Amino acid sequence: MATIVMDDLHKVYAGGVKAVTGISLDIADGEMIVLVGPSGCGKSTLLRMVAGLETISDGTLKIGDRVVNNLEPAERDIAMVFQNYALYPHMTVFNNLAYGLRNRKFPKAEIDRRVREAAEMLEIAQFLDRKPRNLSGGQRQRVAMGRALVREPAAFLFDEPLSNLDAKLRVQMRVEIRQLQKRLKTTSLYVTHDQLEALTMADRLVVLNGGKIEQVGTPMDVFSKPASVFVAGFIGSPAMNMIDAAYLHDKGEGNALPALPQGADLIGVRPDDLLLTAPQGPHLRLSGTVALLEPAGAESHIYVMLEGNSQPITIRVQGLPTVLEGAQVDFYAALDALHPFVRETGLRVA
Amino acid sequence: MVENDRWGIFFAHLVLILGVALVVFPVYIAVIASTHPSGTFVRGVMPLLPGPNALENYRTVIFEGRSRAGTPPIGGMLWNSFVMAMAITVGKLSISILSAFAIVYFRFPFRMFFFWVIFLTLMLPVEVRIVPTFQVVADLGMLNSFAGLSIPLIASATATFLFRQFFMTVPEELMEAARVDGAGPLKFFKDILLPLSITNIAALFVIMFIYGWNQYLWPLLITTDPEYYTIVMGIQRMVTGGDSEPLWHLVMATVVLAALPPILVILFMQRLFVKGLTETEK
Ligand SMILES: Nc1ncnc2c1ncn2[C@@H]1O[C@H](COP(=O)(O)OP(=O)(O)O)[C@@H](O)[C@H]1O
Ligand SMILES: [Mg+2]
Repeated sequence: MATIVMDDLHKVYAGGVKAVTGISLDIADGEMIVLVGPSGCGKSTLLRMVAGLETISDGTLKIGDRVVNNLEPAERDIAMVFQNYALYPHMTVFNNLAYGLRNRKFPKAEIDRRVREAAEMLEIAQFLDRKPRNLSGGQRQRVAMGRALVREPAAFLFDEPLSNLDAKLRVQMRVEIRQLQKRLKTTSLYVTHDQLEALTMADRLVVLNGGKIEQVGTPMDVFSKPASVFVAGFIGSPAMNMIDAAYLHDKGEGNALPALPQGADLIGVRPDDLLLTAPQGPHLRLSGTVALLEPAGAESHIYVMLEGNSQPITIRVQGLPTVLEGAQVDFYAALDALHPFVRETGLRVA
Repeated sequence: MVENDRWGIFFAHLVLILGVALVVFPVYIAVIASTHPSGTFVRGVMPLLPGPNALENYRTVIFEGRSRAGTPPIGGMLWNSFVMAMAITVGKLSISILSAFAIVYFRFPFRMFFFWVIFLTLMLPVEVRIVPTFQVVADLGMLNSFAGLSIPLIASATATFLFRQFFMTVPEELMEAARVDGAGPLKFFKDILLPLSITNIAALFVIMFIYGWNQYLWPLLITTDPEYYTIVMGIQRMVTGGDSEPLWHLVMATVVLAALPPILVILFMQRLFVKGLTETEK
């Protein structure tokens, strides 16, 4: 149980790569923070700096009320779950869980109690005598979780813990990890490149890009008010459509565009917010040719080419679409569903 | 096709059988010769069937020796060889695994320099550096001692390399997980790296033991006291050392006994070896 405070953290690798450049973040006690961003944006680096596996080039890091910049990982009272699990291959599951406690000189009875309790919680009690190689991917994942759990640390650190699992198991473990975290109320820092994982698991999510924070907020905040073109494109799937404001002035037939904030020259609109029937209230009307239909079970994606616009526009509809490929369609967007950005800075206006 | 295959298999077997025969025949001759009385060899013909004197020959060789033929009982020599081979093996393994550990897991100044220095020693086997090494050992007063027999042979670039290669395949996260779990470098080495290296250790143990056991030139050079004779030099002395004709039946018994320990080591280590193979995959 602890807060984590990052104050202007920097990481410069030996080769001169600036992986993290000036990150400040306050994490409340018991909060689940998800770090999300594309591959190479510095998520792992930041997490490993918190863990103590990478040195901190500049800035201060506090866990609880201690500055931990120069402490060994073991002294920071954190536990980490690795992407490839990093289980000790020659030890039984029991010993994998017990190893950290033994090193900390816990009494035998206490070790036994904690290991069994964690194994119970993670439903791996029947595997305690097995070696990791005799477990399935999902079970190994649970053992890796168990190794963190038994320590009862101040914070959990997860580095893409689910990315080696198949899609179905990933969803299941996602739910379990979140439930467990809510129950234990342990401060957690969770790294993923999967925006859906980020949206579903986070109390607050932190979108990273190029070693910097793009936006911090609750999943709803970030989704409904992305702070930049980058966030808008990264969070939400299919990605938000981006249309030049000039184009809309030309071709938008609702002619409501004067309502746009000052300086906005790039308009984002989510595929869900594009409708095939005109909504109530002020809206925008566009038309184009259906280039491709993509049925995806409960929903379908319609790709529409706007005349004079090279990028196709994605529309998401429930069920099967009522339009045909090659047909001309009209579609609509409510004005309050538009996200105004400035192209040059990439930032949102208002 | 089928016929071709049949001939192929036949031919392959023929070659293999010839090869095995070529290797096994001299060993067979040695075993047979060690069971005959001394008179058999005077005629200059090697017998191909076992003789009646097996027990007596081996007893003579082990317990009595033939001082006239220049050899003490070989029990002592077997022991000396064993101690020397073990010292070399254990020494080589411990030093090389520790050097590999240092080179792979620690960042210290001139790390790559030391790595290449170790690499260079590959070019300097005992035979090449024998004169200066002898001088050093003599100056340190280590002639006629187990230390003198084994220490100069202990440094091993080969084993260091093999361990380094293996350590580099161990995922880095394992070390990081251990760090988070509160294991310092030595604890990580002892609890995780060493158990994972069992297979490699077993394989190298066999190779090193045989290397140590077969040492000939070096023991010959630095031991003058029969106390410290090794079995391999013993055989040589039996053949050339006496005033009379070599006692071939006893020489052969000695040869057979000298070949036994390496075989035992292989058999014993093979079990560990296979166990290691099946148990420590990642
Ligand atoms: N040990 C290292 N030495 C040098 N550069 C590194 C090292 N580790 C990561 N980097 C670089 O730092 C950047 C961020 O890496 P990382 O934190 O692993 O990204 P992510 O986890 O978000 O994919 C990348 O450009 C990567 O190439
Ligand atoms: Mg990463």
